[in-house]
Amino acid sequence: MPLVKRGRIVEDDYLRLVDDAAIPEDGAVLVSAKRLLASAGDSAQRVGATGVLWPNDRPIAELAPHLDRLAMVALGFPNFKDGRAYSQARILRERYRFRGELRATGQILRDQFLFLYRAGFDAFDVTKPADALVFAEAVSRYSGFYQPGESVSTLARRHMAAAE
Amino acid sequence: MTAPSQQKLKINGSAVVTANRLGDGAVVYRAAVGGWTTRLDAAAIVGTAAEASALLTEANADERQAVAAYVAPVALSGGHIEPANLRERIRLAGPTFALPASFGI
Amino acid sequence: MYVYDDFDRTLVAERVADFRDQVARRLAGELTEDEFKPLRLMNGVYLQLHAYMLRVAVPYGTLSSRQLRTLARIGRRYDRHYGHFTTRQNLQFNWIKLSDLPDAMAELAEAGLHGMQTSGNCVRNITTDQWAGVAPDEIEDPRVWAEILRRHSTLHPEFTFLPRKFKIAVTAAKRDRAAVRVHDIGLRLHKNAAGEAGFEVIVGGGLGRTPFIGKTIKPFLPKRDLLSYVEAILRVYNQYGRRDNIYKARIKILVHELGAEKFASEVEAEWLTIKDGALAIDPALVTAIASHFRYPRYAPLVDNPPELARARGNDAAFDTWFRNAVARHKAAGYAIVTLSLKPEGGPPGDATSDQMDAVADLADRYSAGEIRVGHEQNLVLPHVAQRDLHALWQALDAIGVATPNVGLVSDIISCPGLDYCSLANTRSIPVAQELTRRFRDLAAQRELGRLHINISGCINACGHHHVGHIGILGVEKNGEEFYQITLGGRADEEAELGALVGPAVPYAEVADMVEDVVAAYRELRAGPQELFIDTVKRIGVEPFKERVYAAR
Repeated sequence: MPLVKRGRIVEDDYLRLVDDAAIPEDGAVLVSAKRLLASAGDSAQRVGATGVLWPNDRPIAELAPHLDRLAMVALGFPNFKDGRAYSQARILRERYRFRGELRATGQILRDQFLFLYRAGFDAFDVTKPADALVFAEAVSRYSGFYQPGESVSTLARRHMAAAE
Repeated sequence: MTAPSQQKLKINGSAVVTANRLGDGAVVYRAAVGGWTTRLDAAAIVGTAAEASALLTEANADERQAVAAYVAPVALSGGHIEPANLRERIRLAGPTFALPASFGI
Repeated sequence: MYVYDDFDRTLVAERVADFRDQVARRLAGELTEDEFKPLRLMNGVYLQLHAYMLRVAVPYGTLSSRQLRTLARIGRRYDRHYGHFTTRQNLQFNWIKLSDLPDAMAELAEAGLHGMQTSGNCVRNITTDQWAGVAPDEIEDPRVWAEILRRHSTLHPEFTFLPRKFKIAVTAAKRDRAAVRVHDIGLRLHKNAAGEAGFEVIVGGGLGRTPFIGKTIKPFLPKRDLLSYVEAILRVYNQYGRRDNIYKARIKILVHELGAEKFASEVEAEWLTIKDGALAIDPALVTAIASHFRYPRYAPLVDNPPELARARGNDAAFDTWFRNAVARHKAAGYAIVTLSLKPEGGPPGDATSDQMDAVADLADRYSAGEIRVGHEQNLVLPHVAQRDLHALWQALDAIGVATPNVGLVSDIISCPGLDYCSLANTRSIPVAQELTRRFRDLAAQRELGRLHINISGCINACGHHHVGHIGILGVEKNGEEFYQITLGGRADEEAELGALVGPAVPYAEVADMVEDVVAAYRELRAGPQELFIDTVKRIGVEPFKERVYAAR
């Protein structure tokens, strides 16, 4: 499933680790919530980036104390109609000021890109390759929305430009 | 008249598979010759749950033509196929009252 | 009326373009029905028994004459020359083609009309009092707040995939004409002891399979905090509403399962973290939104002008209609006129394209170009000078919208039922039609007084039968249509759910049964002044049950 960041398809740097695999010292790894919470007391800081796959039915408040160790949080959409992770994303960005990569995983379709983007996601594990190819166009469809915040076209332009 | 999506698949007598045409929503039936038809008398008739299930599977695979397919009961009388409940009668013939008419003012 | 600006127009136009692309991808097979269905629902496109249905949003029930003419035109060009006004102040077209929808929506968009969020698991049309802005008993125009909420909930990035649909209603008058106590969120704008205006926030009301009257979780919320508080409610619901069972997914179930107090404290905790952020409402924003609402410049007229008094004296039919369909206005010399869409034998709430055009012309001539849609499925002309009432009435009568049955027993509220709707168990419209024939005698109707009949063709309760004075619910038994009757429901500030009278009866008997209920009322009431709803409250349903089921 292609990963889209900054409007284009990129390699996924993160290695998805099963719970009983050893955590390598360097390299980016994606661990489960269970693993993350179990290793909370570990004093050794990894050299590489750590990301967590956080379930959509657990409060972000439980994740909050660990955010300073995390370069990436992946939130899930078991079905694109299950919108719980939109709230989780906004809480992460706005209440806890998480600045790392916020990745949308699960059933991620073209028609959700703009909602995801505006909710704070900046990396997208896109379900259909054809959708990944049109990401930039899909998020440019609307000039603006009623809700407070920057207009989407401004945001989108800055976001894509950052990749240049 | 329970919404068909809530029905368990069981056949009592004869049945057809019906759906709505994608482009315009018109009522259609899975045809005896394959594809979809608006004519009930050209519909494929099934008599067992297994046949119905197979026809429904075939119909659902053709969702570029028609959507929301389900199994609907029919009655066969004198070689003529008729809807076997009120819901299907209404789907075939339209609302049971005259639609509002313009009074040409 | 509400005047759109460039921002509104751009958003709607872009939405139409987006939907056009989605339809094209669906027709080309690039989207499955499963993927497409939520997208079309979010534009108000349903698949019904015979055809697609488009539900056009009428924000807080307000239409300009231009918009009404556009609806007439859409009905002619893409449908069967009529539309149906709903219990949520929207309009439905029943025969529209998916392939025509992008063009139809583009035409609607030119008049500022759309179907955005009239379906789907998102915040739906925000409804209010159809007399908003002109009712003598309101403290201010609730539509300003409905518009603030409409904007905030339109294409909201966080709340577009809720567990289920979400309905909000706002009232600002003493009499609640918006049924706020049976909505997911009901907002009652009122003044506190210190004379400040704020909102009572009521949550978890709703009809359907498990009806509830809403619970007040915040007796007084300052205006400034409206958006942040609603945001907090939606966020709690989005995260904790059930997603395992669509019959238990509304917020009313969450409120019921947690308990109102616990629910309120969850909302409070969330709200405290956001209340002073970007959602705090600046009075300048309120002024800006209010400026989008244009009110006519009322002439300095007097009540009961000679033209009116003369006409009432000379024309008995006009006088009858005046006493039934005309209500007091906050401006002296003006009136609020209700147009009955419940003619004898007609499907309740339907209007032909011809009628819509005619009403639009009359609105231009007599009502500053503005029309309202009420949740009782009638229309309103909100700015009529009393001296024009006789001329207006003659014109309304000529187009069949002056039946003087407003609020009376033949002013029936009904869902479309099995004749149209794929969710229905039974028909509802023919029951309504038969009842209008049984009660055709207008003098007899007046003698009965205010009496609301609500009919739903299935448990989803789109006819609001739970809150009907007489509620009729269609159920299926062994493939036959049966109907059960409840009594004593009401949707206003004293909202209550009706109580079942007895076992369901078949289609052939339901009109007889309603007549028997009404006959029982005549017999049991304390006097002609006692309304049906008050008789039921006084004596309960038992006496009705005895009489109605005696011969059955």
